[in-house]
Amino acid sequence: MISFIFKRLLQSVVVMLAVALIAFSMFRFVGDPINNMVGQDTTQEEREALADRLGLNDPFFVQFGRFALNAAEGDFGISYKYREPVSNLIKARLSATLELSFVAAVLTLAFGIPLGVYTALKGKSLISKAVMSLSLIGVSLPTFLIGILLILLFGVVLRWLPTFGRGDVVAIGWWTTGFLTVSGLKSLILPSITLALFQMTLIMRLVRAEMLEVLRTDFIKFARARGLPDRAVHFKHALKNTLVPVITVTGLQLGALIAFAIITESVFQWPGMGLLFIQAISDVDIPIMAAYLVLIAFFFVIINMVVDILYYTVDPRLRADSTA
Amino acid sequence: MDLLNINNLRIEFPSRHGTVIAVDDVTLTVEPGEVLGVVGESGAGKSTIGNAVIGLLEPPGEMTEGHVLLKSEQIDTLSAEAKRKIRGRRIGMIFQDPLTSLDPLQTIEQQLVETIDLHLKLGEKKSQARAVDLLRQVGIPDPETRIKNYPHQFSGGMRQRVVIALALCAEPEVIIADEPTTALDVSIQAQILELMRRLCKDKQVGMIIITHDMGVIADITDRVAVMYRGKVVEEGTTAKILGNPDHPYTQSLISAVPRPDIRLKRFPMVNYIEEEGERTKNIDLSTHWLGRHRDFDEVHGPLLSLKNLVMTFVTKPALLKSNRIAFNAVDDVSFDINEGEVFGLVGESGSGKSTVARMVCSLYKPAAGEVIFAGTEISKIKSENERDYFRRQMQMIFQDPFSSLNGRMRVMDIIAEPIRFHKLASSNQEVEQIVNDLLDHVGLGAQASVRFPHEFSGGQRQRISIARALATRPRFLICDEPTSALDVSIQAQILNLLKDLQEELGLTMLFISHDLPVIRQMCDRVGVMKQGKLVEVSATEDLFENPTAAYTRELLDLMPRLDKLSHEGLEVEAG
Amino acid sequence: MEQTQPATKSRFQRIFDSDIWYSFVRSPVAILSAVVTIGMIFAAAFAPLIAPHDPFDLAAIDIMDSSMPPVWDAYGDPRFILGTDDQGRGILSTILYGARISLIVGFSSVIFSMIVGITLGLISGYAGGRTDAFIMRIADIQLSFPAILIALLIDGVARGVVPKELHTDISIYVLIFAIGISGWVQYARTVRGSTLVEKNKEYVQAARVIGIRPLTILRRHILPNVMGPVMVIATIHLAIAIITEATLSFLGVGVPPTTPSLGTLIRIGNEYLFSGDWWITIFPGATLVILVLAVNLLGDWMRDALNPKLR
Repeated sequence: MISFIFKRLLQSVVVMLAVALIAFSMFRFVGDPINNMVGQDTTQEEREALADRLGLNDPFFVQFGRFALNAAEGDFGISYKYREPVSNLIKARLSATLELSFVAAVLTLAFGIPLGVYTALKGKSLISKAVMSLSLIGVSLPTFLIGILLILLFGVVLRWLPTFGRGDVVAIGWWTTGFLTVSGLKSLILPSITLALFQMTLIMRLVRAEMLEVLRTDFIKFARARGLPDRAVHFKHALKNTLVPVITVTGLQLGALIAFAIITESVFQWPGMGLLFIQAISDVDIPIMAAYLVLIAFFFVIINMVVDILYYTVDPRLRADSTA
Repeated sequence: MDLLNINNLRIEFPSRHGTVIAVDDVTLTVEPGEVLGVVGESGAGKSTIGNAVIGLLEPPGEMTEGHVLLKSEQIDTLSAEAKRKIRGRRIGMIFQDPLTSLDPLQTIEQQLVETIDLHLKLGEKKSQARAVDLLRQVGIPDPETRIKNYPHQFSGGMRQRVVIALALCAEPEVIIADEPTTALDVSIQAQILELMRRLCKDKQVGMIIITHDMGVIADITDRVAVMYRGKVVEEGTTAKILGNPDHPYTQSLISAVPRPDIRLKRFPMVNYIEEEGERTKNIDLSTHWLGRHRDFDEVHGPLLSLKNLVMTFVTKPALLKSNRIAFNAVDDVSFDINEGEVFGLVGESGSGKSTVARMVCSLYKPAAGEVIFAGTEISKIKSENERDYFRRQMQMIFQDPFSSLNGRMRVMDIIAEPIRFHKLASSNQEVEQIVNDLLDHVGLGAQASVRFPHEFSGGQRQRISIARALATRPRFLICDEPTSALDVSIQAQILNLLKDLQEELGLTMLFISHDLPVIRQMCDRVGVMKQGKLVEVSATEDLFENPTAAYTRELLDLMPRLDKLSHEGLEVEAG
Repeated sequence: MEQTQPATKSRFQRIFDSDIWYSFVRSPVAILSAVVTIGMIFAAAFAPLIAPHDPFDLAAIDIMDSSMPPVWDAYGDPRFILGTDDQGRGILSTILYGARISLIVGFSSVIFSMIVGITLGLISGYAGGRTDAFIMRIADIQLSFPAILIALLIDGVARGVVPKELHTDISIYVLIFAIGISGWVQYARTVRGSTLVEKNKEYVQAARVIGIRPLTILRRHILPNVMGPVMVIATIHLAIAIITEATLSFLGVGVPPTTPSLGTLIRIGNEYLFSGDWWITIFPGATLVILVLAVNLLGDWMRDALNPKLR
């Protein structure tokens, strides 16, 4: 177990370094960092001095090492546009994005998995067919369109729910939360549904497909031949075996939620990292883009670690392999 | 009173091409303590019967006529819930593949206790005790600790024992075993059959064994029903069916079984099931393309000589060499094959015999040792073009007729590929003529050339494979289990064809099989392999009559006893 | 039983006799979605001939026609069946031209992805070893980022690299490249997986025993046998590519407003949503959803039809 986690940690570090390299290359070679930092009237000498101070004349790997070390401490330099440390900008918006993604993740799992199991087991029922048809519409609806439609219905026509912003938030240290106020919770409803819907249908269809696959295996047939009741066959044997492959994809999809939040945040003017990022792309604000990339990779690596450990505890075959 | 009656059973599968009648008017009975064998070739409908009895017929299959009685109580009309209560409790089932029959995520204790407690309501403690007891009965050593293990921690044979224990959980009155030993090696097969027979007699269980294997039938059954295309064509005691069959199908089936005790010139009467390929026109090999240019480099000494071959596979890759785990699939193997000889290589699965074949034809590069063909060490050749010269002389026939042909190519292109690649014909027209002649010669007929592989049966595909192998005009043919995926009567046809071709063209062959009786029919000399090592090489008849290595004796002892089989119509070749 | 079939069949007969065709003609959903997809492709391809107006001909646009509701509304104008946008362009015409951009970007990026993915997948699967490990590691890392994020990043980087005055001209190529690159992993992984299976099949070994060289084996033997799942992925990917393009354009980093795609139209309309001019958004949105849904349904059907286990 220890060596397994150690191996995974090592792989994670490699992934992070690779991503950092990409981020650094973006930062260093896309546009001229100096030009983006100084005004038009800065002299050549001043530019040289700045480049020297920033270490831009050092060898590539020295610069990269410095970048990686700074990044590890959360320092991604200064935003070209806001003239403020990127870390501050992100810190101010991190809680908004994470809270939104968290609620969406809960929705995704709470509906996606049970619906997938249901449609696999009761494939012929009317509800199943309706859910399956709806899910196809779900994957065909772009996230931003879902958001627009929800805004149109609940915001413009019915006027039940707020359509932009986070509502009132409560600050706990640097973290701000919308969970503690009524308007904060109400503001969460539409964006989180928007964000969750696509992933939900994806997870549901995946669970259904995997479950159908498992239901065709020999050991399920043998379990039935032993007279085990459907309940035991479905939930004790089939479901557990279904979840093993589903775990990985689910992990990836939950990671994707944080990135997909870009679109949702943009539709609902949600003050999160995604909104910051999309504006950074329009403005070619490379430090923010680089920081965002590294941050997403970091979340991904964490989620992957959790997924691997889960996998390890669920599937005895893996445990045997690592001890043999 | 009969234990289980199956009366006038008829099972239909509606499909796109019309309704398929899988089982037609089948009547079977089993008594307590009796083993009934249901034998037939693939597609005979035998597995469907087992599924129908336990009420697990897979849709769209449907039982349209007949009924099933368990101790005179009709069970096919019961509700789904009542049928479920019979399954496992009164009728146990054993499937073919032990590797996939157990839930991989649960310990065998969980699976056993679940089943025991469900049917016998013993409670946790007593169920556990019974589970341990069952494992002991089926011969699992140290059951108290092994019961905590997961399925993947058991070998195939041990898993089949666990499966049997699961089927026995609730002391069922009837056990239906569907090809219970097909996925196992011979040595394990004998043990499992012995175990099943003992349990059946001890517990007075009625057992139905569904199989395609005459060896299994001869070993374990009391009575046999022979199925052909959904119907039972003949039924009787095992001695009667094997020794003195009445129905022509049974006769042809029995005469097609390779005998461990005698060597036949050819298999007779093998054309009941599928017309044996007729050669529509005989070609004169002295003038025909196929017979010409057989003036290969003369060899002094053996045609093929293997010297200290070693092949290593890495089972656990790692960045550091010291962390890698590897094993020698082939370990220091040396033997010679003389021109015109058929050399057999026999051994259980994993013994390394196929790996040897793949090193001979350069599919694998040996880790050490030499492959010397016609005086040249071909394993050291670097240049592809130089190697082509030897590739042309050496071809291979593979095991699985369903994967050995590219399904996207027409038969014409499949067989023409080697001719075109080696530029063995001057014009396209000539290529087509050669392919048509080859198809004729292997008994398929030239009209087969425009069709695709999926339009042919397994035996026909194997003929296409043979035609492709002949298309380079080789002098040396490697046959890697060429018939083990085929039904026994088709196997007999293909073996006949290979014998004929070998004689006509004076081919040298390396014939690989796990099946000793087949080896006896085909080979002049035999090498026996065990775990990568060659344990014995001798002339075939010597090997069967006076084996020297202990392992060979063991293998020979494990061969199914087929001496009850009828000898009628067989032409024995002098040893 | 197989021998009873006629010996020779033309390619067309084979298609009509195949299980795929059988399953197609018996699936009303598949037929309907195929009709819708092909219909929309045609409408978009011949937009200049079909569209009642040329929305980019400044001379033909009259600002007086702006923000007209659809024709069935009391204030509608029969010239503009689906109403007009804020600049007086007919919605129907802009949709036809917009769908054209969406489909061009969609198809081009799918083809780009396919070429990259299939090539790398074949190499990875057949070569194995370090090459395989290297390609698959990259794929793994990329797969952990959602396609939309990759596309956004590439788009962002391209904006930084390319001089500002060229942005409008090359943005469609950037978009195709960005969406294409973000999608290759699916193909590569599938093709690699199938290649690993196929290369160990005996027909490939038979070809090797004959002496056929690796590139020919890949092209003649393996490629045709791995194309089935690739076509399924390509269909579903087309839907995703269209959505991605729409999303990027909606976010304002896709095609320039001068050649609006469906996503751009929705973005423009979104600003008028609160003022009640719903048609500017809803009609392009509906077109997008119908197109994507039809393609998805087609892909879904194809996956089931090609899956031998479900037959």
